[in-house]
Amino acid sequence: MPKLTIDDKEIDVPEGMTVLQAAEMLGIEIPVFCYHPKLSIAGNCRMCLVDMEHSPKPIASCAMPASEGMVIRTQTPMVKKARQGVLEFLLINHPLDCPICDQGGECDLQDISVAYGGDSSRYALNKRAVPDKEFGPLIETAMNRCIQCTRCIRFATEVAGVPELGATGRGEDMEIGTYIQKAITSELSGNMIDICPVGALTSKPYNYRGRSWELSHTPSIDVFDAVGSAIRLDTRGREVMRVLPRQNDEVNEDWISDKVRFSYDGLKYQRLDHPYVRQKDGRLAPVSWDKAFEAIAEQLRDIPGNQIAAIVGDMVDAEAMVALKDLMVALGSPHIDCRQDGAKNGSEPRCSYLFNTTIAGIERADFCLLIGTNPRWEAPLINARIRKNYLYSGFPVALVGPSHDLGYPVDSLGSDPLILEEILRGHHPIISLLKTAKRPMMIVGPGALRREDGATLLCLARQVADKYGFIHQRKTTIPDPWNGFNVLHTAASRVGGFDLGLLPGPKGYDVKGMLDAAAAKKLKAIYLLGADEIDMASLKSTFVIYQGHHGDRGASVADVVLPGAAYTEKSGTYVNTEGRVQRSLKAVSPPGDAKEDWKIIRALSEKLGHTLPYNTLEEVRARLVEANSLFEELDTVQRAPWLPFGQEGKISSESFTAALESFYMTDSISRHSITMAKCEREIAQGAPHG
Amino acid sequence: MLRESDRIFTNLYGTEDWRLKAAQSRGDWDKTKDLLAKGQAWITQEVMTSGLKGRGGAGFPTGKKWSFMPKGEEVTPRYLIINADESEPGTCKDRDILRYEPHKLIEGALLAGFAIGAHVGYIYIRGEFYQEAEHLEAAIAEAYKAGLLGKNAANSGWSFDLYVHRGAGAYICGEETALLESLEGRKGMPRLKPPFPAIVGLYGCPTIVNNVETLAVVPTILRRGGSWFASIGTPDNAGTKIFCLSGHVNKPCNVEEALGIPMKELIEKHGGGVRGGWDNLLAVIPGGSSVSLLPKEICETVLMDFTSLAKVKSALGTAGVIVMDKSTDVVRAIARLSKFYMHESCGQCTPCREGTGWMWRMLMRLAEGEGTSKDIDQLEEVTHQVEGHTICALGDAAAWPVQGLIRHFRPELERRLRRE
Repeated sequence: MPKLTIDDKEIDVPEGMTVLQAAEMLGIEIPVFCYHPKLSIAGNCRMCLVDMEHSPKPIASCAMPASEGMVIRTQTPMVKKARQGVLEFLLINHPLDCPICDQGGECDLQDISVAYGGDSSRYALNKRAVPDKEFGPLIETAMNRCIQCTRCIRFATEVAGVPELGATGRGEDMEIGTYIQKAITSELSGNMIDICPVGALTSKPYNYRGRSWELSHTPSIDVFDAVGSAIRLDTRGREVMRVLPRQNDEVNEDWISDKVRFSYDGLKYQRLDHPYVRQKDGRLAPVSWDKAFEAIAEQLRDIPGNQIAAIVGDMVDAEAMVALKDLMVALGSPHIDCRQDGAKNGSEPRCSYLFNTTIAGIERADFCLLIGTNPRWEAPLINARIRKNYLYSGFPVALVGPSHDLGYPVDSLGSDPLILEEILRGHHPIISLLKTAKRPMMIVGPGALRREDGATLLCLARQVADKYGFIHQRKTTIPDPWNGFNVLHTAASRVGGFDLGLLPGPKGYDVKGMLDAAAAKKLKAIYLLGADEIDMASLKSTFVIYQGHHGDRGASVADVVLPGAAYTEKSGTYVNTEGRVQRSLKAVSPPGDAKEDWKIIRALSEKLGHTLPYNTLEEVRARLVEANSLFEELDTVQRAPWLPFGQEGKISSESFTAALESFYMTDSISRHSITMAKCEREIAQGAPHG
Repeated sequence: MLRESDRIFTNLYGTEDWRLKAAQSRGDWDKTKDLLAKGQAWITQEVMTSGLKGRGGAGFPTGKKWSFMPKGEEVTPRYLIINADESEPGTCKDRDILRYEPHKLIEGALLAGFAIGAHVGYIYIRGEFYQEAEHLEAAIAEAYKAGLLGKNAANSGWSFDLYVHRGAGAYICGEETALLESLEGRKGMPRLKPPFPAIVGLYGCPTIVNNVETLAVVPTILRRGGSWFASIGTPDNAGTKIFCLSGHVNKPCNVEEALGIPMKELIEKHGGGVRGGWDNLLAVIPGGSSVSLLPKEICETVLMDFTSLAKVKSALGTAGVIVMDKSTDVVRAIARLSKFYMHESCGQCTPCREGTGWMWRMLMRLAEGEGTSKDIDQLEEVTHQVEGHTICALGDAAAWPVQGLIRHFRPELERRLRRE
């Protein structure tokens, strides 16, 4: 532990820390532009120059390793002059168009200029003009403002794994760009907007729509995948203006996916703002809540419980799920399921459906086997973690399933599920790597679980995990327990649904069973809670209640539509794929007559004569804890003990197929987002901009 | 004055053949095996004793640099890089070594490679040096054929491979870490130091980067002894050095001389004197375009070595002596150099990227007599804002000539502002 002195304060720092980090630990602020804690060190902005004893020149503190006996000063006249000099240089060619710049108010260059800069410019010559670049539908560029810190280049190359950005030209002609004009093809590209310290890269959808100081900030959770990234909803009045990440090193670090960042415009279109009841002429007519409830009560009165079913969608909060479950139990229906995609897992011990390694734990793994998953689309931030580990340790990644460019080298073993049997029997070449790995991990994805033989594949994966040491129990010889068995979900509601038991009861139908029964007219009524991703054609002769926030596939076949709240409009609890219970806050009110989802179910239950015993959010949450005590503890992962699960059986030799066909439009919100449609066209399909 | 017997580069002018046989007749590759047999420590020690300082411009003691290589067991490969990216304006010494004395360099590379434990050497040669690269490639092929390179090089038991890599004409690639980046296939941009290349160099392995001239004198030093080399020149400025005389001299030339030779003697004796006589001298840039120019008064007495030139706030640099007579528009001359640095700045770090252009534009204005005397102060301040604040030395190199101009020719600048 080197000990050094900064501004007459002594500090011991761990080996490998830089002077800048040591100063941060002491609470000494050093201005920076190019330095970013999650990126490699570039040392090019020269803003962090400090005075080091015995050095004739000031040193770049971001790049200088802290070492024993160093004496650093950050407030000397030399440092002050160096900072002023660098700032002056940065500003001579900066357009100073802050009044019309979207970064205004949250700009590092502005803040640092105020704190460390001079009062006026001595530069009387013409400023440099740099042509703007076209980076696709998400990122707006104003390259005159660029200070060439290269954060965006480093982000694209290191974190996103798409080396599409670079600097061309030399000296003052250096420009950041994509070499050949093209849209950036990363699912994480929006993060470049955040890390840009100036207004060179700004959000295209948010362009000129607001000023940062007009916005209210509400902490929330990303529901577009099962990672549960921490987000911040920036709102003005009743409108979500933009979505930004919150730092959570356990989950999403500083990043979020483009889907959650940019699909907020989908919240403004095709919203259900009224209850609707289908009329005799086949049209949906807006009605009052009472009328809608009466229509439901009238229909359900004569239907026995075992002919009523419920399907829960992918973005539903735990509060609504527990309420629906309680209602279905009260109605006497065993037919409830939260697996729209037909996944075959969930009924076994918790360890069988969690991402047991944890997301941060990926960084410690030394081997990774992907089974039927494309993490780049299914969970971009988990993919970024895998890439991060690859970058630092070079750990091998193998894939059984359709191959896809994941942004790091992958040993593609093929799409044949029988490969897993070969691995289990020790006949596959990959086992030489498996045997030497000390902390191997595997990720079983939706491409495997939603198959007919999903349960058998899960069992097979477990057997592989057991045989090749993917799980170390805590023993005296192994102080460090390790669970390398992971299931990757794509639905934010899934783990919460499993934890609350939203699965078919005794003799209950699963989603496929419900649809078959409905088609065979054995099911009289079905309750779709935000469920849009099923085959609606089977429900023609069934009484369909659709509760959700968008007039999407479910509403189009519904007999009664109950307008619910989107994730921004309610305080909800979500359990991510690791089993981490997280809570979001309500940022705006639902539109029109729409209500928070658990309240709708609670109100309906009263009409149906099965009044649910909770009236406030606190009481619903108490009910959550009663249903499963896991809901008591927020924001932490409670590790699941490694218990037996899985049923052996025969697996089909049919190849794995991709679970997602596209990244950008996967749910009722992103399907209604214009931005996402543009992404689909210009990034995914490579259509020219325009 | 260098004695003929102490001359190292006996074929500097290409009067004889450059190929192996002729080189051997001049003493190259003579008992190289015996030199190698004396061991790595001996070679490094002899080079230290010789007082050889790097000839690429910075003048860092060569033996000391070699001693920075990590000691102990070798876990990674080590590399020797020969910097043949000679691009400093006013300098063309390495070029003649590459053309006419390539075997001195190749032998030096083997010896140095052995001393630092490297089995592989790369010669990074300036892209514009076409014929030079051809000679070098041919000389290396000859050396391989004669068993002087490759496995069991010169029968020493040490294997050493030497490769030529041609640059694409960027001045910055002569900076050692930018050179490594370029060699690795990336954009030539200097790296942050520390870590220094001796610890983390090419492909992250310990690496020594030496200039062509530095390595080309090593075989002779080892044959004749470090103390022989140290006996030439002045204390702290040992040995011989190739000076490149250009500009307004009657006979521009490269010449090998002892360090510490008076500048006036160098110009009069080897350059055939200043055009129009000594009294027609205006100023001299003594060490390539990166160093401060010296006015005639200083040139009268200054000695051409590291310490003497540092004392007058200039530097020996590459020993590219650029002579300017009174017909020179000195402001425009320095402005032209400023433009060169602006053009060659890699653009990576702020002070150099933004400062070099600013300096050039201000100098151009001053050259035209535009502005006020405040602008001169401002220009000087800008040079200080660049100097010492950059990742590599290019910022310093851009600042020093301008500082020298203001230091020695401020009256000239002010005269122009008065539009006299």
